[in-house]
Amino acid sequence: MPQTHASGQPYEDDAPAPEPTPGGAKAESTDALDSLLDEIDDSLQVNAEQFVRSFVQKGGQ
Amino acid sequence: MRVAGIETEYGIVDPEAPQANPILLSSRLVSACRLWADGKTAPWDYGGEDPLQDQRGMRRDRATAGADMLTDVHEWDPAHGRISLRRRRGSWEDPAHLNAVLANGSRFYVDHAHPEYSGPEVASAREAVIWDRAGDAIALAAAQRYAVEEDSRVELYKNNVDGKGASYGTHENFLVRRDVDFDALARLITAHLVTRQVVVGAGRVGLGQRGERPGFQISQRADYMETEIGLETTLRRPIVNTRDEPHADRKHWRRLHVIIGDANCLDVPTYLKIGTTALVLGAIEADDERLEALVLADPVGDVTRVSYDLDQRTELALASGEKATALEVQRALLEISRDYAQSADDLQVLARWEQVLDALGRDIFAAAKDVEWVAKLQLLGRLRDKNSVTGEDGSAVPLPWDDPRLAALDLQWSRLGDGWASRLAAAGAVTRLATDEEVATAVSTAPQSTRAAIRGAFVARHPELVDAAGWSTVVLDRETRHGRLEVLHLDDPLQTSHPILDELG
Repeated sequence: MPQTHASGQPYEDDAPAPEPTPGGAKAESTDALDSLLDEIDDSLQVNAEQFVRSFVQKGGQ
Repeated sequence: MRVAGIETEYGIVDPEAPQANPILLSSRLVSACRLWADGKTAPWDYGGEDPLQDQRGMRRDRATAGADMLTDVHEWDPAHGRISLRRRRGSWEDPAHLNAVLANGSRFYVDHAHPEYSGPEVASAREAVIWDRAGDAIALAAAQRYAVEEDSRVELYKNNVDGKGASYGTHENFLVRRDVDFDALARLITAHLVTRQVVVGAGRVGLGQRGERPGFQISQRADYMETEIGLETTLRRPIVNTRDEPHADRKHWRRLHVIIGDANCLDVPTYLKIGTTALVLGAIEADDERLEALVLADPVGDVTRVSYDLDQRTELALASGEKATALEVQRALLEISRDYAQSADDLQVLARWEQVLDALGRDIFAAAKDVEWVAKLQLLGRLRDKNSVTGEDGSAVPLPWDDPRLAALDLQWSRLGDGWASRLAAAGAVTRLATDEEVATAVSTAPQSTRAAIRGAFVARHPELVDAAGWSTVVLDRETRHGRLEVLHLDDPLQTSHPILDELG
């Protein structure tokens, strides 16, 4: 399945500086979350409403 | 652990043709799945199904059953009553209801208007996670093959609602001892099924069956549970489903068919919905008296009471006259379940359950890596804040809950392959309990702990001999002294080898 969400602008610039936490794992995951959030935001700026309207399923069990 | 299994009905969409017939799309997807399986696939054996037998001892009259319930219709001939299926080859198939029994012991097929993956029988919560994710990988591989074959594509969604009123299910199945009184079983498991939402809910934008009121709730399915107990699964959906089809020796076993659960894209909820429910069933089988004190006074009302209560403060009325929050009921069930752990796997389930309850009790966002509704709510909250506007008093006003961007995020969360939940997992932001390698192996190999090992091995190694296969049968089409269609009965779900398979190699 093709990737339908091309990433938007570079987000490294406006991401907040990672807090110096011991281990660094948490900061890393927060960074990843920030860039994902930017990508989601960009992708939903266009036709979110159309997408929601056209998602129609039949009932199942 | 007891034998269990998960069935997932996926949402299906042709993004270029939203009006496309979903039965046709699903049927073509199953065809694509068979091509992907490259010969290692078999038709379904409808011989053992009995959708009209009720756990409460009665039988639904065929004439009053809705068409949706007649899943055994393939062997029903109005002129002759029940046909001996063994005279009829499973290779005859209704093109709108295609099936593929696969080498990993699962069944991929068209159920109503959805593609469904019925995972193989597993014997631990961790195996449930591995073979559930294997199902997603198989569905995705089928969709990729579909794109090659059909010159169009489908997207698959592992959720349970479309936001317009339709719901489709993710069901769990648990093997339970037959000598447990069914009414007692239903009464005692209900408190767990209602309150476990706080641990295993997938989260949903919108309140009401059509999402008619703005907001966020814990569970996908809560608004569709309309009665305490019943035989139906497509309307008047019950908290406890009474379909009595054990797919095992009826003298010894029942199958509890749980339809209240959500489809989960995170590992921990899949793990806990199987693991905790299996443990509570152990307490019920042992007739643990402490469970009676947790019976809810209004379970149907409590399903939405719990689902709408993001702060986890609402007290539920108990039949005893006492009150307790969903988290308190869960904690009591955890304490009771400690006495029924039988293996290292069970102890791990208890530890994870406790850890998640502790986190939820402290600050729900402490559970964001493990609890799906919290992970989703956190992402939604950040999107709302990112797009906030300045109100009249100068304060920041977040995006309102009825903004279509939030509904879109909710739907896209569960899209197989590139959905936001998958992206969160890839970013390391959620807990994984199975490795990608384990999942890749489980795509083509059955669990070795149950009879799925036999079914899977026949399909993987001797597909040309398999006329059809079901949960408790494998029908072989070969010349023998008994005749051509030879039915192997696998009534014990824990049987892991078969002499004929050993002979054939």
